[in-house]
Amino acid sequence: MLMTRHPAAAAILVAIVPLVLSLSVAATPPVDLAAGEASYAKCMGCHSPEYNRTGPLHCGLLGRESGAVQFFDYSEAMRGAGLIWNAETLDRFLAAPLEMVPGTSMGFAGIADDEERRNLIAWLATLNSSSDECREVLSPRTGSP
Amino acid sequence: MSTNDKQLAPARRRFMTQAGALTFSGVAVAMLGGRSTALAAGTTDEAIEQDVRILNTAIAAEHEAVAAYQLGAESGLLEPGVLKVAVTFQGHHKEHIDALAKAVRSLGGTDVHARNEYNFPVDKLKGQSDVLQFAAGLERGAVSAYAGAIPLFGNRDLSAAAASILADEAMHWAVLRNALGLDPVPGAFFS
Repeated sequence: MLMTRHPAAAAILVAIVPLVLSLSVAATPPVDLAAGEASYAKCMGCHSPEYNRTGPLHCGLLGRESGAVQFFDYSEAMRGAGLIWNAETLDRFLAAPLEMVPGTSMGFAGIADDEERRNLIAWLATLNSSSDECREVLSPRTGSP
Repeated sequence: MSTNDKQLAPARRRFMTQAGALTFSGVAVAMLGGRSTALAAGTTDEAIEQDVRILNTAIAAEHEAVAAYQLGAESGLLEPGVLKVAVTFQGHHKEHIDALAKAVRSLGGTDVHARNEYNFPVDKLKGQSDVLQFAAGLERGAVSAYAGAIPLFGNRDLSAAAASILADEAMHWAVLRNALGLDPVPGAFFS
């Protein structure tokens, strides 16, 4: 066992591991939902949480299949994208929509700043069935988009 | 094939047959200079299709803005002076549609038309400030939409046209914020 064969190394590990763990936690900064909501103003030329507009509604976005909102006329490219919107796919898409889904109607260059995307995605994740804005839209009675 | 794609499908074909005659014309697209740089710059068919797609997304948003201002104008919630401004802004959006639609047609595409109905938060519009906030939100979003589209156009003339429209939308936003008692220009940079 390491402790018995190399006590000095074990002691160093005991000292270092908590430090490394704390650094890894610190490497993922907390999200700023208020900043994410402020960034959403950029989306509001075409999108809304509750309504299909020029772009599809965003209630229930996280976990949804791409091109799957009812009554929204997607481009063929988005209908065939075969994505599930989660933090990772949204991050890639929001960074460069046309690179990730060539042919999408979302003619938007993207959000270059990593932190802004992270905050925006965190805010989008709040648009779930427990949010005031989305409760009715996502209720089984009205039919999930 | 979606409506979006149907509008694009003929664009490529028509571009191939009309390329020699491709021109941007008319006062409404004056910033395009009466000619296209697409051919001179060797713009690809795919880039032209992308330009048409972006233009049509912008036209769809402009149609929605026209409808939103119509809703505000007919709400009975706006004072006469504010109503006059709203109708003026609506007229700007109609001019944007005309200019963008001409550009789409010049590229061999088909411009999107207004929808029969739009979803607006009518139940939340109970006074003039609600209408102004609603309109301000749309204008703010439009600024970002154009800012996000400008770098993507294959044809730089279209980028210039979009920048011209962006400036107009930004002025709308500032005037609406001012009417709401907010700082009309709350920062030095917007994207």
